[in-house]
Amino acid sequence: MGLIDKHALIERNATLLLVGSLLVVTVGGIVEIAPLFYLDNTIEKVEGMRPYSPLELVGRNIYVREGCYLCHSQMIRPFRDEVERYGHYSLAAESMYDHPFQWGSKRTGPDLARVGDRYSNSWHVQHLTDPRSVVPESIMPSYAFLKDKPIEVKDFSTHLVANRRVGVPYSDDMIAEANADLMAQADPDADTSGLEGRYPKAKLGDFDGNPQQVTEMDALVAYLQMLGTLADFKNYDEAAGYR
Amino acid sequence: MRFGTEIVLLSLFAFAALVAAGFGADEPFRQHMWVLFFAVAGFTAILLRNTEFKPATPVDPTAYMDGPIRYGAIATVFWGVVGMLVGVVIALQLAYPDLNIQPWFNFGRLRPLHTSGVVFAFGGNALLCTSLYVVQRTCRARLFGGNLAWFVFWGYQLFIVMAATGYLLGITESREYAEPEWYVDLWLTVVWVAYLLLFLGTILKRKEPHIYVANWFYLSFIVTIAMLHVVNNLSMPASFLGSKSYSAFSGVQDALTQWWYGHNAVGFFLTAGFLGMMYYFVPKQVNRPVYSYRLSIIHFWALIFLYIWAGPHHLHYTALPDWAQTLGMVFSIMLWMPSWGGMINGLMTLSGAWDKIRTDPIVRMMVAAIAFYGMSTFEGPMMSIKTVNSLSHYTDWTIGHVHSGALGWVGLITFGAIYYMVPKLWNRQRLYSMRLVTWHFWLATLGIVVYAAVMWVSGIMQGLMWREYDEQGFLVYSFAETVAAMHPYYVMRAAGGAMYLTGMLIMAWNVAMTILGYQREEQPLPGSVPALQPAQ
Repeated sequence: MGLIDKHALIERNATLLLVGSLLVVTVGGIVEIAPLFYLDNTIEKVEGMRPYSPLELVGRNIYVREGCYLCHSQMIRPFRDEVERYGHYSLAAESMYDHPFQWGSKRTGPDLARVGDRYSNSWHVQHLTDPRSVVPESIMPSYAFLKDKPIEVKDFSTHLVANRRVGVPYSDDMIAEANADLMAQADPDADTSGLEGRYPKAKLGDFDGNPQQVTEMDALVAYLQMLGTLADFKNYDEAAGYR
Repeated sequence: MRFGTEIVLLSLFAFAALVAAGFGADEPFRQHMWVLFFAVAGFTAILLRNTEFKPATPVDPTAYMDGPIRYGAIATVFWGVVGMLVGVVIALQLAYPDLNIQPWFNFGRLRPLHTSGVVFAFGGNALLCTSLYVVQRTCRARLFGGNLAWFVFWGYQLFIVMAATGYLLGITESREYAEPEWYVDLWLTVVWVAYLLLFLGTILKRKEPHIYVANWFYLSFIVTIAMLHVVNNLSMPASFLGSKSYSAFSGVQDALTQWWYGHNAVGFFLTAGFLGMMYYFVPKQVNRPVYSYRLSIIHFWALIFLYIWAGPHHLHYTALPDWAQTLGMVFSIMLWMPSWGGMINGLMTLSGAWDKIRTDPIVRMMVAAIAFYGMSTFEGPMMSIKTVNSLSHYTDWTIGHVHSGALGWVGLITFGAIYYMVPKLWNRQRLYSMRLVTWHFWLATLGIVVYAAVMWVSGIMQGLMWREYDEQGFLVYSFAETVAAMHPYYVMRAAGGAMYLTGMLIMAWNVAMTILGYQREEQPLPGSVPALQPAQ
């Protein structure tokens, strides 16, 4: 075995061993991941997707903070039982503005990719406060503390700017109005015409049953209520989206 | 002055933490910076109390540097107890949800504490201390870089403390096994590069012409983890004085980057590194050479090449394009072969010494570790087949699979290595008690068997219930009913985990007593000493 004998060279040269193993381990990642950034068909063409409104983004950050993804997926697989249980299978396009993705890897609780509009706001608040009062079999922890935490962000526009730097198409207008939009979306008395123009289909009004204050509960429910409601499947070309 | 520069730098570091605690953009960040301040200030105070103004005693450049390794062995045992305890707690939370205490001790915040605690704190310290032990002895060289090893050790502990407290405060990037936020990631990068320099530097100054096979695995683990960590954690902070950052990639690209990282945290952190451990400590403990030199070459290169491709099997049937899923599946199945190459090389090292499985509980532990490695590296490729995965994905089967690898392979091989090293590091004749090692072995093994078997049943049952249809074509079970069905299995799983934790506590006791210099008076294990024969 001539080749095996040549291996002695690598065994005597640490630099060669280091460079050799580094080269060997880079190949797989380059071949599998890099094409996802330039192959056009990686993200399907579907109408309706838009960046998250400031309140939804705050809610999403709470979802991340509390580790919801550890028990709830946001990725419906193309199987009969999943499509009947949760709705249309998930598209890559539906998470194209998700930094980070929240597909999850475990379903201790049900999938949430299309939980939006399925339950009322007050059901969500009750469920997050005391899960077993509405679903006796549930093993979810209580998140009652969210109701008592007002959203305190000095300047939320920095979060939109950070998202824009990594590719989310937030316009200058959206960034300029970020703080106002954040409060207006959960305020039943606010003028939301500008907000609705910037973020079509955004859910408006008081979410947590306490119109006096915008709380973390408002933000999380606003996020849950929009999940899966944006993509327009009526005009979606399934065959073209297959890849 | 001893520790002079260190004290000055650490004081500046503590002051910077204090400033950040005052001016932080968000509440969790300010709390986190208080934690950092107290950790660094406390450490500075300890150094100040131990400073001397005498000229430093010269170190013997030919002696091995074992101080950081002793600390590393203690840290491994300590974090093992902590990480496994949190594991038992979250297992009980799933069985009895009233055990969740909001907001800091809810399942969602404790689960990363458990995974990082066992993977990075327990496993990481085990890799750190064994790699530094092995590299010195196989290279016949003192660690490179003076006090660099101490920086790596304490820097890594600081990373653990910051990651752990961050999770409880809700500071997370939500990337599984890479949850720490951007500033903790940056700190780990610094520590990891220092570790690479330390390890590579020691190899470069070796007195042995050959680099021993264990060091190939350790080196490839260190360099690959550096690559994975940097790429997967690329993110944009919302503020340089805030805890929140947004990942550089989104959606499908982000998902594959994360699982390219996630699967190779398994492949390189929990496999390649621990194979390095196997290649040194198994031959040492059984006193036999490694079975096959050629096999070690082939399976080393095949393993590190193939592992990197396997990430997409975490994303079967998702919105990841089919070509990437198929590629991931094919490489995952191929990965079975080099994995078993390592298993065969480890097991066959016992050729001619198989009786030691009966007489030496440390060898028994190592052999069981290799057997579990073989089992979970068969189960993994099987679960990566798309049709199998359609059932197993999102269920407890995955959790069971991870634990048969983590408890069985990573845990047991680490215990074997620690039991081997501790008497040597503290110049003790033997361990405090070999009988306690036997107890540890059986508690751990039975704990794993209970855990894995229960998770197979619950996982497969869950998967089948989700897809069950009645004759009229309706789904039979609501999701809530499938949750209720899991309860007895969650209780049994917690019992299996508690058995494993009990074994770990016995180990902590045994190791502590050995370090303190005690030897338990006990009957030697049957067969471990030659039986006296009457004179003819």
